[in-house]
Amino acid sequence: MILRIALEERLVYRGDFALGTLMRFLPIITQIFLWWAVFQSIEGRMAGYSFEDMVAYYLLSMLARAFSSMPGLASTVARQIRDGEIKKFIIQPVDLIGFMLLGRVAHKIAYYTVATVPFALVFFLCRGYFTEGWPPAIVVGAFIASLVMSFLLGYFIDLCIGLIGFWFLEVSALLFVYMLLNFFLSGHMFPLDLLEQPWRSLVDFLPLKYLAYFPAAIFLGKIPQDRLAFELAIEVAWLVAFIGLARWLYARGLRRYSGYGG
Amino acid sequence: MAIIEIEQLSKSYRVYQKREGLSSAIRGLWRRQYREVDAVRSIDLRVEQGEFVAFLGPNGAGKTTTLKLLSGVIYPTSGTARVMGYVPWERSNEYRRRFALVMGQKNQLWWDLPAQESFRLHQQIYRIELEQFKKTLAELTDLLSVGELLGRPVRELSLGERMKMELIAALLHSPEVLFLDEPTIGLDVVAQHNIQQFLKYYQQQRQITILLTSHYMKDVAALCRRVVVITSGAIKYDGSLVGVIDKFSGSKILRLLLAAGQSSDGLERFAEVESIDLPKVVLRCRRGEIPKMLSSILQQYQIEDVAVEDPPLEQVIANLFEHAASDSSNQVSL
Repeated sequence: MILRIALEERLVYRGDFALGTLMRFLPIITQIFLWWAVFQSIEGRMAGYSFEDMVAYYLLSMLARAFSSMPGLASTVARQIRDGEIKKFIIQPVDLIGFMLLGRVAHKIAYYTVATVPFALVFFLCRGYFTEGWPPAIVVGAFIASLVMSFLLGYFIDLCIGLIGFWFLEVSALLFVYMLLNFFLSGHMFPLDLLEQPWRSLVDFLPLKYLAYFPAAIFLGKIPQDRLAFELAIEVAWLVAFIGLARWLYARGLRRYSGYGG
Repeated sequence: MAIIEIEQLSKSYRVYQKREGLSSAIRGLWRRQYREVDAVRSIDLRVEQGEFVAFLGPNGAGKTTTLKLLSGVIYPTSGTARVMGYVPWERSNEYRRRFALVMGQKNQLWWDLPAQESFRLHQQIYRIELEQFKKTLAELTDLLSVGELLGRPVRELSLGERMKMELIAALLHSPEVLFLDEPTIGLDVVAQHNIQQFLKYYQQQRQITILLTSHYMKDVAALCRRVVVITSGAIKYDGSLVGVIDKFSGSKILRLLLAAGQSSDGLERFAEVESIDLPKVVLRCRRGEIPKMLSSILQQYQIEDVAVEDPPLEQVIANLFEHAASDSSNQVSL
């Protein structure tokens, strides 16, 4: 029910929606041209990536980002704290964290009902870049699991940042830093295995890689099959950690809360 | 047992004290001065089931803070409160299903969706049975005559219509205790009247307990038999509305209609002259002196008509607030 209402709310703004989906594909084109120039000059492979792999990587990481990005979540939560709208979650017998999660699920469902067509089209047109064809079923399964978890992880990380709004009423600076880190360290900008040591180990340790790099790497077979379960287990651990953190921040924040505004 | 019991309840906020000017703003980056503001100081209050109580007080007196404490939005600094046996700030779901808070300045409905969608969401959140929900909704929309507006997006409703929707949303789960924070703020006279009538009827039908804050004396006069005056975080008066006048106003208003040709010269000897608009004269005098003064005026002047009245309630309350404000300016702890 909550899901349905959120869905209806999302669909109110149809125009915004369709345009936003198309715009997603624009930046990737410039990146592909850039890498095309790079590969022209080096002739061959780069850290195990051919030009075709690189294009496939961008397409896949974009798909992952479509799951894990939470536009406006942190700023919405922080705004609700600041102007007191969060009160309704305190007064009514409803849980903010679960409610917002359902809202986001609805958001994504609504998004995909519109976005599937352009996504499918782009992937179809670019099928030539997937030189390996479909990976084995177990890898596809791991890929799907990693996409679902990237959605959850993205949600809880963003939520935690928003909840910091209980302490600092303004989180936009913090959010900016996070987005910047996210852009580089999630693999959104370039495949993370291009990095030199020790940076490589560092990003490997951070949770941000699960938001874009990890699902794409699974699909492209960059992660050996016998390590899939282990890697996914670490992702689950991160997820649990962020859920715990979000709960804790929310509980502590409410204690501090002074019910701003009226 | 009283339905609302408050003992020694206090809430103080720590606010950042910013001095004027850029240099002090820069200094504020390192060292901040905080000031404790006591929004509510050690309040004691008992409200019985079925009472309709008004909180009166100037802005910043602690009325809204008290309502926030009672609805569990904020934690108190000290003291206890129980509503229907629950401690509000424990925020148990059972408690949250049995009360409602409506704030005139805030909106709890979904801005872009029709109100009926928000209502259906409330049905889910409060787990109201569908039959019950339909019945309650039909009854409430009928009482407030907003049936045809249910399908319109909330952002397109007028303020008065939106307020009615807010009330419906708050009452769908049939709360036993209702907190209303300035429900008629910014509404025109007709809309105010409609909401008053509705609240009055609903409260009498259901015998629920309502705490109301409002700056409109008309609201209070129409609805509440009991009035609690709060200024600077403390209760200054608790009793009937008429009692406010008895307690806080020592004067009466005397209206005279002078006979034709009678001059008003010399009336200032008897009482304070409020206004002279011949042949009408308005005097203000101390309560106890009315009979004596009236008889001497009647002896010396030709009078057509006389009326003795209490001063208007607004004026009494305004005076009361002003007194409180001047009292409290030296009480703020630094």
